Amino acid sequence: MIRLKIRKVIHPRWTSVFGVSVLSIFLSFFFIGFVFFGYGISPITAYYEIFIETVGNVYGVTQIIWQSIPLMLCGVGLLLAFKASYWNIGAEGQLLMGATAATWVALFSGIPDLFQVPMIFACGFAGGAVWGLISTVLKSQFRINEVITTLMMNYIAMNIVLYLIHGPWKGEEMRGFAYTDSFSQAASLPTIGNSYIHWPTLLLGAVLIGVVYVIVSRTKLGYEVKVIGQSPGAARYAGIPYFRTIFWVMLISGGCAGLAGAGEVSGVHHMLRHPEQVSLGYGYTAIIVAWLARGNPLVVILTSFLFGMIYVIGDVVQLSFGLPFQIINVFTGLILFFLIASESLMKYRISFEREEQ
Amino acid sequence: MGWELWVVETLRRALAYGTPLLLGTLGEIYAERAGVLNLGVEGMMILGAFVGFLTAFVTGNPWLGFLMGAAAGGAASLIHAFLSITLGVIQVVLGLALTLFGLGLSGVLGQGWEGRPLKVSLTVLSVPYLKDIPIVGKIVFTEQNILVYVGIGFALLLWFLLFRTSWGITIRSVGENPATADALGIRVSLIRYLCVILGGILAGMGGAYLSIVYRPSWTQGMTSGMGWIVIALTIFSVWHPLAALGGSYIFGSLFYLSFRLQPWLAPELLTIMPYLFTILAPMLLSVHKKLRRRMGAPAALGIPYRREEE
Repeated sequence: MIRLKIRKVIHPRWTSVFGVSVLSIFLSFFFIGFVFFGYGISPITAYYEIFIETVGNVYGVTQIIWQSIPLMLCGVGLLLAFKASYWNIGAEGQLLMGATAATWVALFSGIPDLFQVPMIFACGFAGGAVWGLISTVLKSQFRINEVITTLMMNYIAMNIVLYLIHGPWKGEEMRGFAYTDSFSQAASLPTIGNSYIHWPTLLLGAVLIGVVYVIVSRTKLGYEVKVIGQSPGAARYAGIPYFRTIFWVMLISGGCAGLAGAGEVSGVHHMLRHPEQVSLGYGYTAIIVAWLARGNPLVVILTSFLFGMIYVIGDVVQLSFGLPFQIINVFTGLILFFLIASESLMKYRISFEREEQ
Repeated sequence: MGWELWVVETLRRALAYGTPLLLGTLGEIYAERAGVLNLGVEGMMILGAFVGFLTAFVTGNPWLGFLMGAAAGGAASLIHAFLSITLGVIQVVLGLALTLFGLGLSGVLGQGWEGRPLKVSLTVLSVPYLKDIPIVGKIVFTEQNILVYVGIGFALLLWFLLFRTSWGITIRSVGENPATADALGIRVSLIRYLCVILGGILAGMGGAYLSIVYRPSWTQGMTSGMGWIVIALTIFSVWHPLAALGGSYIFGSLFYLSFRLQPWLAPELLTIMPYLFTILAPMLLSVHKKLRRRMGAPAALGIPYRREEE
């Protein structure tokens, strides 16, 4: 007799993880097809156009790399936080505060030109880190859940930026517009050729992925993060100090997001402007970039590229078909639904077995 | 205006401004009491806001708008219910996905509807006789829309249901100890489904309130974090419907004040107030010892329940 057997699998093989992830992405593309259809656009035409405009030409690829820079930085930071089961949802706010700190360096600090760029990154890191660490302090002192605090800090950061660009930091040269003045040449990052890729930030992203990889796989901190993430009770029993570990985690996590913000203002906009233009929701999308990498910092390179592509798709869809940019949130939401659903299905393996009578 | 009038006016407006928060919070209290952490309130609210606006705009009937908004919220919550209860996925990430999805979908569908004012809205009314009660009459019974009373009615009803009936015991036991509830013959999944859907319906209604009464028009992302404030309010009101009433109105007054104080302070800094208060409120609570003891969340909150096979 042949019986259907369902077994619990504790560690699914990476091939099945990869396969299921790819399948989730394709499924969400499939469902988005209905949105195109609803707008009277043939999904096949739409996807053909999208393919040509994104990975189908050199310009498209440089656009994707450019968009993946902030996602890479925020993503690798969030990955570390998520590994400790610390739900930092505040990368958006940390990015904005990094951008704010960087703008301060570029416009108001008056430091010599030679040190401008290093200081922009240093202060960007610090801005993001401080903003992220507030949630850790509140959790350690008052046991307030970090999901709420990091999220609320996003809205607060957004309004601080709005206040600055409408009020004290409003530029002299920008009549009527709510921007700061433009950064000087010394405070702007170089780009590769004609593309938008501000390579110093890209390089920092690559370095930080390496750093987080080493931390996770080679250091005591990485070990403690893993234990805390998997079992806070066991960590306490083993004498691992929770808040000291989380302090380092959030310093890096917030700092990475802050660097992303510094890169955006100094490498792309050369000014501080409306928060929704400084960050196109990078901090939120990076949550999925990190989640999809499943705890492996090196995979962030791949996942940030993927979501960089989704951002470029958002542009293409907007320009070619007149659909709103918001469609990228539908993409990310759907991919996430399928991913977490498959996560639970992966825990079981279905097999047919011949049973002896 | 004398300061007494100021206070009365602020409190009166607090009821209207706090109602969407109240509706959302009541729903989230039920979902969490049954043990499901639904962080997708923002997504359900925004879908309710768009569908509610669209229905009211097309049909010219605001009540139908509320109904459809509630239905949209309920439908969105079904996604959460299926994934969290049936498949048992991680609820924090799921809630975020629902929020992103809701914000994205409403933004895509609502593209052509932005900036069109809704001509029909709810009429405000004063309750005869009751409005003549000094102070209270001026705050509660003067020029309020009916939804304010619906919100209060829901709070009382849901409080009664949760703490004074056997249904309430069932719901709470599912959230505290699902294994025991299961052993007693309670259908854990069914109860959780119902509570999550109720949460979605109320969040959708709260969203529809935003686009029909609060600001009678549609703007993408118009919930601007209210769904997240609801999550905080649920904790702040210690999962108690009557405390949610007070909490929502405190936030309502902050929202009103952030408009009212604009001549004196930069609007951006005033907008920060409710968000800042969301962080500070639990801080104040945790200082108070007696309250801290009561702050216990439902024991099985966020933990999927699965009967162990064999």
